[in-house]
Parts: sequence; C-alpha cells; structure tokens
Amino acid sequence: MILTSPLASLGRATQAMLAATGRVALFAAAIVSHIFRPPFYPREFGQALMQIGWYSLPVVGLTAVFTGGALALQIYSGGARFNAEAVVPSIVAIGMVRELGPVLGGLMVAARVSSSIAAEIGTMKVTEQIDALVTLSTNPLKYLAVPRVLAATLSVPVLVAVGDAIGIAGGWMVGVQRLGFNSATYLQNTADFLEVWDVTSGLWKGAAFGFIVAVMGCYHGMNSGRGAQGVGAATKAAVVGSSVLILAANYLLTEVFFSA
Amino acid sequence: MITLSGVQKSFGPNRVLRGVDLTIAKGESMVIIGGSGTGKSVLLKSVLGLVTPDAGTITLDGQDVTKGDRDAFLARFGMLFQGGALFDSLKVWENVAFRLLRGHLARPKAEAREIAIEKLRRVGLKPETADMFPAELSGGMQKRVGLARAIAASPEIIFFDEPTTGLDPIMSGVINDLIREIVVEMGATAMTITHDMSSVRAIADKVAMLHDGVIRWTGPVSEMDATPDPYVQQFIQGRATGPIAAVR
Repeated sequence: MILTSPLASLGRATQAMLAATGRVALFAAAIVSHIFRPPFYPREFGQALMQIGWYSLPVVGLTAVFTGGALALQIYSGGARFNAEAVVPSIVAIGMVRELGPVLGGLMVAARVSSSIAAEIGTMKVTEQIDALVTLSTNPLKYLAVPRVLAATLSVPVLVAVGDAIGIAGGWMVGVQRLGFNSATYLQNTADFLEVWDVTSGLWKGAAFGFIVAVMGCYHGMNSGRGAQGVGAATKAAVVGSSVLILAANYLLTEVFFSA
Repeated sequence: MITLSGVQKSFGPNRVLRGVDLTIAKGESMVIIGGSGTGKSVLLKSVLGLVTPDAGTITLDGQDVTKGDRDAFLARFGMLFQGGALFDSLKVWENVAFRLLRGHLARPKAEAREIAIEKLRRVGLKPETADMFPAELSGGMQKRVGLARAIAASPEIIFFDEPTTGLDPIMSGVINDLIREIVVEMGATAMTITHDMSSVRAIADKVAMLHDGVIRWTGPVSEMDATPDPYVQQFIQGRATGPIAAVR
C-alpha cells in the first residue's frame, strides 16, 4: 500500500493532465471550426486586434531592443575567445528572427494578453454575462473566443516582425556605439547572412504562439471558478499554461523547421 | 405554457432538484420562492438550457425545450439577471439593443438605438443614459437597464432572477411595479424567483415554494397567506423556528 500510493498519485496526476490536454484540444478545435462559420463579429475582431496587437507593441519592442543589445554583447565577448567577433551582426540577426524574437515576443504577449483574456472572460462568467449571451441567442465561443484567437494568431507574427527589426536595431546600436563596429559593415553583414526562411520561420512560430496564448486565455476564462479566487486561479493557469506550451511548441517547430 | 415534470439536478453529491413538477400557464406571472441555495436559479436556468437537468422533462407549448431550433426558442425569452449581467465593454444602448443588432432579429443600427432609447424610457431612464457605460450606473439603474434589455425584443416569456436583490426598499418597489406593469402590458408569461416577499405580492399571480428539491406548495398569491402549510408560513413570516432549518 505504502509502495503503491506514490504510483497511484502519479497515475492520477497523469490522467488529470491528459484529460485537461484533451479538453483544451477539443476547445481549440471548436474555435477553429467556428472561424469559418457565420455569424462573424468584425467589431469584436477589430477590438481584439487593437488590444492584442497594437497595445502589445511597446512591451514587445522594449523586450526586443534590450534582448538585441544584450545578445550583441554576449556574442562579442564569447566570440572574442576564438577571434570571431565579426560574427556579431549575423548571429544577432539569426538569433533574433529565428528564436528570441518569436519566443520572447510570445512570452511577453502570454503575460500581457493571456492573463487579460482569462480575467475578462472569467469575470464575465462569474457575473453571469456568459449566461446572458446565451439567452440573447449568442454563442459565447463564437462571440468571445473566435475574435480573440483569430486576432492573436494574425497579430503576433506582425509583433514578432516588428520585434525582430527592433532587436536587430538594438544589436546594431550596441555594436556600433559600444563595440566599435562600422555601421555600414554591420548592416551589410546582417543582410548578407540572413535568409528569407530565417524570418518566415519565426513568423510561423509567432502565429502558433498567438494561437496558443489566446486559446489558453479563453479556455481558462470560460472554465473559471467562482469569485475573485476562481478568476485569479484562471488567470494564473492561463499564463503558466500558455508560457509552457509556447516553449514546448517552440522546440517542436524548431525540430520541424530546422532538423537536418 | 411551460411544464416541468420530474426535473432533477445534482452537483456532485448535492442533490439540488429532486423531482420538480410545475406548470406555468400562458400569460401567467409565476413567482418561485424558497430559501437561499434551494435551487431556484438552477430551476430557472434549466428551462433556458443554461443548466442541463439529470432527469425529467421541460416543455414549452408541448415541445421539449432540448429539441428544435435553439435560436428560435431563445428568441421567445427575455431574462433579467440577478446582478444585471450587463456587458461592461458595451454602452447602455448597445446592451439593451444587443439582440436587435445581431442574429435573425437584427435591424439597422439607428432603428435598434431608437428602440433601445424607447425601452430605456419605458423603465424610467433618460435618453442621456444610452451613451453611458454600465460601470457608470448605480445598482438600481443597472437593474432597469437589465429590464430594458429583457423586454427589448418584446419576448413572450420573461424570467426575473432575484430582481430586487441589493436594492433599497424604495427602488425595490419601483422595480416590482415596473415588472408588473410591463408583464401586464406585454401580456407576457413571467417566471420570477425571489425571496423578497414584497416582490411576491407585487408581481405574482401564482406562487410556488421550492424546498428540499421539490415544489412544496403552489397556489394563487391570494391564498398564500391562508395556506396551513407550515413551510410556507415559516417562510412568508420570516420565522427562525419551524420545519425549515435556519442553519443549512
């Protein structure tokens, strides 16, 4: 009994995790199926684009500029060990567009957007606004989740693209001002070593991360418990869940995109 | 006519409804009374399909409410929620005209706004309220907006969930009178759940008491005070002692 109880606990936890994964997958599938079926809510979609895309620009931009600068310093000091300081522009560019731009952008959007979606929808559930939607012949999934998921899936790649550019600019600024690179040469090296697929692969990742962020926010909001504690728990679960899923999806997508 | 037969609902080990039988005739104002946590809201939400009963049937004009066109079914209903349940992100008029701006009852925006302002006027709110957000309104005003939204599409059946909860006695009286006037004026069937006895006397044609998961007593409001049922008597007189346990 003593020996089997840890196994039983592990089994229960695994079972609960698999069940939760299944529920999230079914929820995501339902959202995708509703994207293509009327009625459509263009106004809600427009508002979601503003909330998720436009208002996330400052936080993504700031994250990118500091990351690009730090990356330039790291590569310069690391590269100096084997006289490879000259690779700073190309490594900063590739590192930003392939990996750091989409991942850090996704994580920042997860922190900002997933939490706000979960809290907003969770509060709507607690205050019976979701029930009110149903009585007004409106499908809450279609009205609340679809516009947000669509907006996040479309706007996060744009945020990633902007973040990539700002991150590279951050690296250039540190490279030129702090590390003594020639400005034109730095930019030339960046352009020469960057391939189109480096950029587009990052944008595809951004789309996947945007989808994850919005689905997790909506799922946890709609399944929020009662009261302030329930909404708080839903918000926390949305941020933690989307962050972990972003990192897991990043590994899987990198395997798919770049494994030899 | 709404008919509930043997409706049961449990949440885990908690058996909330244990076989509810109730009939609400067309054009009748039925008020369901009962203590907190006795399942009044669950009963009301079961009719609308917001909660799925474990057993029993609910019919509207002989048609099972779980079958048929759901949108057409819901279009026959209006509902005033306990806390108003107004959409924070929408202006007051957009809340009231929500159903008129979407779906198969959709109308041009200007017309929907005009109807919303008319409904707001009907519940005693000035047209200036239309462009405010729900958070800018007092509790009583939010209830009135909720009421305006419930009647905006002129439904045949209106549900009121604790319409006077959280309001002062004067505002409660105003809301009760409004509900009664509107229900009579529209000829609507009404189902109200409350534990406010002033609401019961102002709104009800008939009263049903829900206790321990079943309808304990039902009858015209005029017979309520004279019924010998000890549960009803304890409830309407607000006594701490009697067959209903004070601590539940």
